[in-house]
Amino acid sequence: MLTRNRLLAGAAALAALSAIAPVSAQEPIKIGELNSYKVFSAFLDPYKKGMELAVEEVNAAGGVLGRKIEVVSRDDNGNPADAVRAGEELLTREKVAFLIGTFPSNVGLAVADFAKQKKTLFIAAEPLTDKIVWDAGNAYTFRLRTSTYMQTAMLIPDAAKLKKKRWAIVYPNYEYGQSATAAFKKLLKEKQPDVEFVAEQAPPLGKIDAGAVAQALADAKPDAIFSSLFGPDLAKFVREGSQRGLFKGVEVFDLLGGEPEYLDPLKDEAPVGWYVTGYPWYDIKTAEHKKFLDAYQAKFKDYPRLGSIVGYSTVLTAAAAIKKAGALDQEKLVAAMKGLQVGTPFGPVTFRELDHQSTMGAYVGRIGLKDGKGIMTDWRFVDGKDALPSDADVKKMRPAN
Amino acid sequence: MSFASILIQLLNGLAAASSLFLVSAGLSLIFGVTRIVNFAHGSLYMLGLYIAYSLIEMLGRTPLGFWGGVVLAALAVGLVGIVIETAVLRRIYRAPELFQLLATFAIVLVIKDAALFAWGPEDLVGPRAPGLGGAVEILGKRIPVYDLLLIAIGPLVLAIMHLLLRRTRWGALVRAATQDREMVGALGVDQAKLFTSVFFVGAVLAGLGGALQIPREPANLDLDLSVIADAFVVTVVGGLGSLGGALLAAVLIGVAKAFCIGLGFSKLTLVAEFVIMGVVLVARPYGLLGKPQAVARTAGEAPPPLSPPRWQFPVGWIAVLAVIPLLTDQYVSVVLIDIACFALFAVSLHFIMGPAGMVSFGHAAYFGLGAYAGAVLFKKAGLPMEAALLLAPFCAGLFAVVYGWFCVRLSGVYLAMLTLAFAQISWSIVFQWDALTGGSNGMVGIWPAAWLADKGVYYYVALGLCGAGIAVLWRVLFSPFGYVLRAGRDSPLRAEAIGIDVRGFQWAAFVLAGTCAGLAGAVFAFSKGSISPSVVSIGQSTDGLVMVLLGGVDTLVGPVVGAAVFTWLRDALARETDFWRAGLGLVILLIVLLFPQGLVGGLKALYARWRAA
Repeated sequence: MLTRNRLLAGAAALAALSAIAPVSAQEPIKIGELNSYKVFSAFLDPYKKGMELAVEEVNAAGGVLGRKIEVVSRDDNGNPADAVRAGEELLTREKVAFLIGTFPSNVGLAVADFAKQKKTLFIAAEPLTDKIVWDAGNAYTFRLRTSTYMQTAMLIPDAAKLKKKRWAIVYPNYEYGQSATAAFKKLLKEKQPDVEFVAEQAPPLGKIDAGAVAQALADAKPDAIFSSLFGPDLAKFVREGSQRGLFKGVEVFDLLGGEPEYLDPLKDEAPVGWYVTGYPWYDIKTAEHKKFLDAYQAKFKDYPRLGSIVGYSTVLTAAAAIKKAGALDQEKLVAAMKGLQVGTPFGPVTFRELDHQSTMGAYVGRIGLKDGKGIMTDWRFVDGKDALPSDADVKKMRPAN
Repeated sequence: MSFASILIQLLNGLAAASSLFLVSAGLSLIFGVTRIVNFAHGSLYMLGLYIAYSLIEMLGRTPLGFWGGVVLAALAVGLVGIVIETAVLRRIYRAPELFQLLATFAIVLVIKDAALFAWGPEDLVGPRAPGLGGAVEILGKRIPVYDLLLIAIGPLVLAIMHLLLRRTRWGALVRAATQDREMVGALGVDQAKLFTSVFFVGAVLAGLGGALQIPREPANLDLDLSVIADAFVVTVVGGLGSLGGALLAAVLIGVAKAFCIGLGFSKLTLVAEFVIMGVVLVARPYGLLGKPQAVARTAGEAPPPLSPPRWQFPVGWIAVLAVIPLLTDQYVSVVLIDIACFALFAVSLHFIMGPAGMVSFGHAAYFGLGAYAGAVLFKKAGLPMEAALLLAPFCAGLFAVVYGWFCVRLSGVYLAMLTLAFAQISWSIVFQWDALTGGSNGMVGIWPAAWLADKGVYYYVALGLCGAGIAVLWRVLFSPFGYVLRAGRDSPLRAEAIGIDVRGFQWAAFVLAGTCAGLAGAVFAFSKGSISPSVVSIGQSTDGLVMVLLGGVDTLVGPVVGAAVFTWLRDALARETDFWRAGLGLVILLIVLLFPQGLVGGLKALYARWRAA
């Protein structure tokens, strides 16, 4: 029974608690987050977990500016218009300090432009599009994730080393696939002027006719294939291609094929020997990664995906920016983001002053099989700063603000 | 292409056609008997894949486990079909035509979230068929054995269905109900049972189509919508109610796509089926093997005549809407701008769908083209923002002139599907024309002029423009032009007999509606600062339909109420729960069951009853 005494005791306990934790007496700093949780759930479910872990760690360490942080998330439904509306809501109602997040390129670009209009900091987490920091870059937008161009560039040394002449290309028919293909062709041609691109297939995203595509590629008799497929398209392509003998004696590169999100569903059919970028979480021995991995597995009883790294590092970046700025003023935050160094599970990254791109790197390696599961073997870590074009080229692409 | 390549691509096309045929056959059967456009058919296909995956994992990757899993999955999906029919659809057969579409739309949302909850977000790659995982060599090229099996299954299922329909009493009843279901009812056949059984068979076919894809397609959450569009296309190209036509159409589309890929035009596969549908429908208004649709004698009750609102009504609302921004925070204005745009969009759709009797599944074309026209005139042609905003609707109207000319030549579902074909063709051009439209990324930096930058000010402009559009459309409905449209809908024969050029008037209505939708799109684009191809997508068209049906297609203000409720619900639910899609679906289902005339229709009926009591 609830007596008056118990009530009083409870109240006293509460009072005591608030006395020893003065931080909680203050309102937390709200950070607005937008993402397409329902549309790209395979990637964004682990992403959200990564964010949660980072928020917990930041707050356990005392928060920033003496206050805790809180991430307020909104689902943008994969639709730029919905994202902009949710952004308005976060800024006007939730009074968030600034915005982070987004996944597909079109949403990322729309929110970046919205942030510019609102003169508000936006840390794009995942969009791969090169445009967000280059052609369509703006003063208020920064991007964490290694971009399409960078990941493609990381694969070029291996591709050039093979000295294969006839290349076939397959990519999902939208901006990411088109950019990856354009970057790959340009960079390989520079290294190996006699290269020939003998076939190009651009199936619609999520609707590849894998048998017909595999057959058409095989008809061109390529020595090597560059693919930027992912998700269900990749799984279908792998199965049809191997059934039809497309990959026999042919070297294959797949831009995102090593990410656990896309590699794990393939199980024992993971295509051995393919060159990929990805995330070999089981093998990375660095101290910063081990700390992250242990904490993640303890909290969620699951292993991290690449999305977890992106979500975790985005929140750490946000916290570091606030700490460095020392205030929640937008211009101070933007100034703090320039050249900001953040310690991520992939090692320290810097947000470049030149184009607001972070130097987050990626793991490059080949697909192997272990216990009926796809893994990355012979991998190496490539620092993002080594995969970017020259400063002069970047300046040419990026509009002066 | 060598002869061997041609042959192999032909086989690829045939294999791809097989599952598509199964799904389309089920859709066609259900539509024929119940007149329901089952939007959830793709979800049943997706469920077939997921359930088959789980069953095979449970039963083991043996031949028995595999085929047992496939058959059981198909039957399980059939049971889901029965549940959908008895729990939801049976209660709303007497609602206005197409209202059931709203219910099946809600079911799509619920099934999607249920699948996410049950199977998780990761793609599930199923096993190969045991014993059939290899490939055979034909003319030096390898083709999977399983593909050859699939090629055989299509015609086999067609033969079984043919026997069922021609040789059994059930089949006779189904054929009779397809031709004249009122007569079948009058002769004492239990329609409820017949409908349930048809739904079961249709769902089994969809489930089987999905389950058979296990070795070819990972189970994932995007299958439902990607399949349903294809299945609609196949059903319509083949001719509604014709199973042979469906097989023919599936093969035609499957093979055409395989050859697009084989010949190096893979980018065309984005839109190939819709181009084929457009061409077929223009040449053959009832599909390849279809017959003119039987006229349903009482598809629900005849729509009541519309009554013009009293003058106090708009004046009151304008007063309320004008003071809202003064009393609330800025976000309310943001949501109200969205609602204003969607309200005009929905009213323009209602204009052709209700009074003019032309259902459009592709109304987003004009909304989206208006939005893009505004953006292109502003960014590429360098026009001032105000000029771009005001000119954009007329660009959308120009497209409506062209598309409408073809569409008004058809009627019913065929007309609806032709509008969809034009919308998809527009979408694919917008999606791929990087230089003009920014391609898949869309365009950014479409912000209003400085004096409109404040959301509070833009709110009044949006309210004024969208309100003016709605006022024009409503005014037209009560002009002689509007009466002519309604005459053309209720009795085309009599209308023609007294000298009305029904098609000409329908065409004009189409253009007017398209122009107004374009205005809504342009206002929308400048309120967001950016646009992407999703404003031209099927999803946008569906949203419009949902808004009109939710509010009540037989009422004047229904579309506005539908737009407001739907936009507000989606905004509010997305914030409250992770499973907002299922939440939205359940709310819509509740509304559907409580108000089979739509929200406004239902409230009116309640009011009338209260007055009478």
